[in-house]
Amino acid sequence: MMKDMIPGFELIQPTSIEGALNLLEEYGENGWALAGGMDSLGWFKNRGKRPEAVIDLEGLDALKGIDETADGIEIGALTTLTEIELNPLIRERFWLLAEAASKVASPQIRNAGTLGGNLCQDTRCWYYRYGVSCYRAGGNTCYAAAPEALNREHAIFGASRCVAVSPSDTATALVALDAEMVVRNSSGERVIKAENFFMEPAVDIMRMTVLDPEDLLIKVRIPNTWTGADFYFEKVSDRGSWDFPLVSVALAIKSTGDRIDDARIVCGAVQCIPRRLRNVEAMIRGQGRDEDTAAQAGAMAIQGAKVLNYNHFKIPLMENLVKRAVRG
Amino acid sequence: MPELLGKDFTPPDIRGKVTGAAKYAEDFRMDGLLYCRLLTSPMPHARVLNIDLSKALGMEGVVDILTADEVPEQPGAATNILTNEPHFVGEPILAVAAVDETIAQNAIEAIKLDFEPLPFCVDPLESLRPGGPNAYLEGNAVVPRQGVQEFKWTAEDFEAAGEGELPMGEPTAEWSYGDLEAGFSEAVFTLDETFVTASNSHHSMEPRTALAYWENGKCHVRGSTQSQSFVVPGLANYIGIEPENVVYVAEYCGGGFGSKGSAYPTMAIPAHMSRKTGRPVLMRISRAEEYFLGSARPGFQGRIKMGFREDGRISAVDLYIVQESGSNGGGGDMGAAASSVSIVYTPLAMRYRGISVLTNTPPRGAQRGPGQNQIAMAVEPLLDKAARQLGIDLVAIRRINAPTNDSRYGANRQPVTSAHLRDALDIGAEQFAWQERRARSGQRDGSKIRAVAVGQAFHSAGSSGYDGLVRITPDGILHIHSGVGNLGTYSYASTSRVAAEVLKYDWDNCEIARGDSSLGLPWNLGQFGSNTSFTMTRTNYAAAMDTLSKLKEIAAMEFGGSAEDYDISGESVFNRSNPSRRMSYARAAQRAIELGGAYSGHTVPDDINPMTARAVAGLVDTGLIGVARDNMGQRGMVPALAVGFIEIELDVETGKVEILDYLGVADCGTVNHPQGLATQIKGGAVMGFGMACTERLIYDNVWGLPGSVGFYQAKPPSYLDVPSEMGWAAVNIADPQNPVGSKGIGEPVMGCSAAALLCAISEALGGHYFNRTPVVIDMIVNAHSGQPQSHTPLQVNTQ
Ligand SMILES: Cc1cc2nc3c(=O)[nH]c(=O)nc-3n(C[C@H](O)[C@H](O)[C@H](O)COP(=O)(O)OP(=O)(O)OC[C@H]3O[C@@H](n4cnc5c(N)ncnc54)[C@H](O)[C@@H]3O)c2cc1C
Ligand code: SF4
Repeated sequence: MMKDMIPGFELIQPTSIEGALNLLEEYGENGWALAGGMDSLGWFKNRGKRPEAVIDLEGLDALKGIDETADGIEIGALTTLTEIELNPLIRERFWLLAEAASKVASPQIRNAGTLGGNLCQDTRCWYYRYGVSCYRAGGNTCYAAAPEALNREHAIFGASRCVAVSPSDTATALVALDAEMVVRNSSGERVIKAENFFMEPAVDIMRMTVLDPEDLLIKVRIPNTWTGADFYFEKVSDRGSWDFPLVSVALAIKSTGDRIDDARIVCGAVQCIPRRLRNVEAMIRGQGRDEDTAAQAGAMAIQGAKVLNYNHFKIPLMENLVKRAVRG
Repeated sequence: MPELLGKDFTPPDIRGKVTGAAKYAEDFRMDGLLYCRLLTSPMPHARVLNIDLSKALGMEGVVDILTADEVPEQPGAATNILTNEPHFVGEPILAVAAVDETIAQNAIEAIKLDFEPLPFCVDPLESLRPGGPNAYLEGNAVVPRQGVQEFKWTAEDFEAAGEGELPMGEPTAEWSYGDLEAGFSEAVFTLDETFVTASNSHHSMEPRTALAYWENGKCHVRGSTQSQSFVVPGLANYIGIEPENVVYVAEYCGGGFGSKGSAYPTMAIPAHMSRKTGRPVLMRISRAEEYFLGSARPGFQGRIKMGFREDGRISAVDLYIVQESGSNGGGGDMGAAASSVSIVYTPLAMRYRGISVLTNTPPRGAQRGPGQNQIAMAVEPLLDKAARQLGIDLVAIRRINAPTNDSRYGANRQPVTSAHLRDALDIGAEQFAWQERRARSGQRDGSKIRAVAVGQAFHSAGSSGYDGLVRITPDGILHIHSGVGNLGTYSYASTSRVAAEVLKYDWDNCEIARGDSSLGLPWNLGQFGSNTSFTMTRTNYAAAMDTLSKLKEIAAMEFGGSAEDYDISGESVFNRSNPSRRMSYARAAQRAIELGGAYSGHTVPDDINPMTARAVAGLVDTGLIGVARDNMGQRGMVPALAVGFIEIELDVETGKVEILDYLGVADCGTVNHPQGLATQIKGGAVMGFGMACTERLIYDNVWGLPGSVGFYQAKPPSYLDVPSEMGWAAVNIADPQNPVGSKGIGEPVMGCSAAALLCAISEALGGHYFNRTPVVIDMIVNAHSGQPQSHTPLQVNTQ
């Protein structure tokens, strides 16, 4: 139930990554990393999440900015979506990500929201956000999957008790770009493929990513593998701005002449994780980039989709978006 | 030639709004201020069995708690201020006052409430079924003069309707005129269509915050309302005091769209809490709470049968509306919708039947074009369907059915003051290059289809019999006292200029007294129902004419002769045959004070409202007082009519609709304030686009839970959903029953844009009619891909 009134908590503002990691470890489940606050504050206001301590990352300058490396770029987790949208290097090499970032929410939210926050944000299932005690909230039912539930925005793939979808636009692009997440906690650092970063409900229904409470996403690495490729990003939502995707598609594709050499295709908002379409990628490799291939790709993309009461429109929509992406 | 009317000007409240200096209700702070928060119902219908306040009251910083037993109970289905039997999720049960809001909210969490869940209902048709659930223990429908009653249709009523058709059992409202049977037998083409128009929230940008304190037996309230004087009696009633003991301040209002036209129950909570605690109390309403307390437009489940002659003329209409009326019985939308059909299409014969059904969802109330705009969305696409069938141009079919000055309105066949819908269609068709654009309507480029369409809407837009009050002070300033309110349309200012025009004032020497009842404000109608331009030009005219007579009389007393020998110019009154006998308004004001009597407010006309008389009493001897009731008389209803022309591009693969161009045309009498009118036409269009396509008000039928309680869930259109440039035009023919030719326009400019957009979408889809609003992306995708829709034809709360 909406409260619109943030409860009290301990606000801690570390100035070093180590300090932040120690705090995250100390507080564990009772701690909360705060980046731009665009998702966090909503939870706090509704009293849906009540951390004991909020660890504000704002002072961690090392997590801000975009750097060129020998084999790609690195984007600090605290870099804002606006910076990503406008960064010349990203626009030139990885336009797909800049475009996806530019389609997130609204200019105000992009000014405050960070890449890390966008990737780690929670699902927008309206029942869950309303505050019902569903599986994801630790309860023992899914409201959205009930026979008469209003689940227009929900999943057509990969449901496992929870039918919520991934809301992140940048996630879709980063999986397509084969990015890597650099994650650290007080005992060390690990690097996770973007594709493996997001959590399926079948594995852990209460998390959206593989991060443990004491983990911090430090940066995102994008290899040069797809530099120079053709990109396609399209997001369909009810409104032109300030809206989550109903279905989105991100594609990176390399061709010689009109023959497709290689491609990565990912759909957003159809599953709890960005859905990589490996079968489609394999099928189009070596094909001409034309109407026929596009149509086959669209048809293949939706194989195995399972609809709920109100979301069967996602099937033709996803098919069309994949078709458009491959068609170019 | 008017000096002021018909010209743009800078309304006096703009600067404050732009700079942030404007104070809205939640901007006020006072010493000792307490903050109040509401404990609201988590259930759609329940009874509070037990309340344990002990822990909350013991918390540091908690000052007091107000419960339903301490505030006046409201009759029938009217929303209570606080209640022990909530009828919707989010209904206030009790209020906590504390030294800050966080403490108040924490205290709310510490309150233990035992509820008994009661049966609930979120779908009117379900409630009408035999044995169906009732929203109230007493029943499910508000029957005029009988309160809440149980109303059920029979199983046969439901069986009689075909698949997907609205059953039509016994209505609670009904009227007809003409020979319906003859009308239908005359028809060469008849439509019988079931439709649904979804409810949508008002989403006022400023939530309905209120602050109150008591001083010398008077209750001072700072609130958020569209109206000023009109709010006072209702507010006094909610507080339980006489209107003269309310001091009401509402200088600015961040949007109301009908939901803040009159007093509303929650605004009395700080007053009650302040009386109880002896301290000023501020109750800020949050964005989420605004979605529960801020009202919504009633949804319709309807059915319309329309008979058309070969030339497109509508020979008969049979309309049935089931109105979804939330927890309070809603407003008169369904009847207004029916009356609207009677005037926009002037059918030769018509029958209307309706029933308003209570549901356990937020209270419903008038929203911009209440009834008229829903029916415009339902009927306008059907008109196109008929036009296609009959091979008639879309503008032509509207022209042939359009009202004229001789047309009649509604059940009582009331006359109209003026109606120029045909002119609006003609002007629009010309400016929009209708024929040329129509030639490309339906053209496909890749996955995108262009479509060109037109939509119309109506609202009755004017009233009479209210009071005007103006005052010239000895410094020569004209004070125009306006009690209408400030919804944000600037019409309080543009209508005030009528007084300045009559008295030939330089606008720089005029001040508008408004926004605070202690300034002495007359009894005026609220700022709603598109009425301000008509109603308030008349009151200000009446007061200015009284002032003019008094000026002339004072001059005649000073210089001799009779009042008729005098005229005015340059803010002075002079003798026509000897212009050197001239007295400045400033001097006349001084003389008025010396003369006393009616000149300076010691006596007032018998027919003015007591509120106006009290206002004048507070202004006695401050200058020359002009005060009068608008006794100009009014024969007939004042129609505001509007037409929208639209061109869109619809992508059949994604369901996305891009509005390429829009032109709104208004029949609003003489244009008084061009910029104000342009803003209404364009702003109304934006709101209409949202109502037609993006907005959502959803309820889980099983749990009775709302799924659209924030801007991002309820989805009013964003900047990128509307064209950045839109055109506007006006018929600009004076209404004969207004001294300056004005009629209102605020509401139909929304309905016509919504209708135009829906018509265009159906056009782009080659004549696919959804019979349902909003038309959201999934519906377009499903329609194009040949899939069935997810909802059944009569389902509600799904979009
Ligand atoms: C109205 C609205 C519309 C929106 N529309 C869209 C949309 O269309 N597309 C879209 O993609 N998003 C959308 N969003 C989501 C928005 O973009 C994200 O909420 C935002 O990007 C989150 O970033 P933040 O920096 O504000 O994160 P925060 O709110 O501060 O954090 C979000 C979550 O991430 C965690 N977190 C943040 N940084 C890190 C880190 N470095 N390491 C570990 N955990 C971390 C936090 O603990 C928290 O759980 C919308 C949000 C709103 C409010
Ligand atoms: S879809 Fe997931 S988040 Fe939504 S109600 Fe079901 S379990 Fe909860």
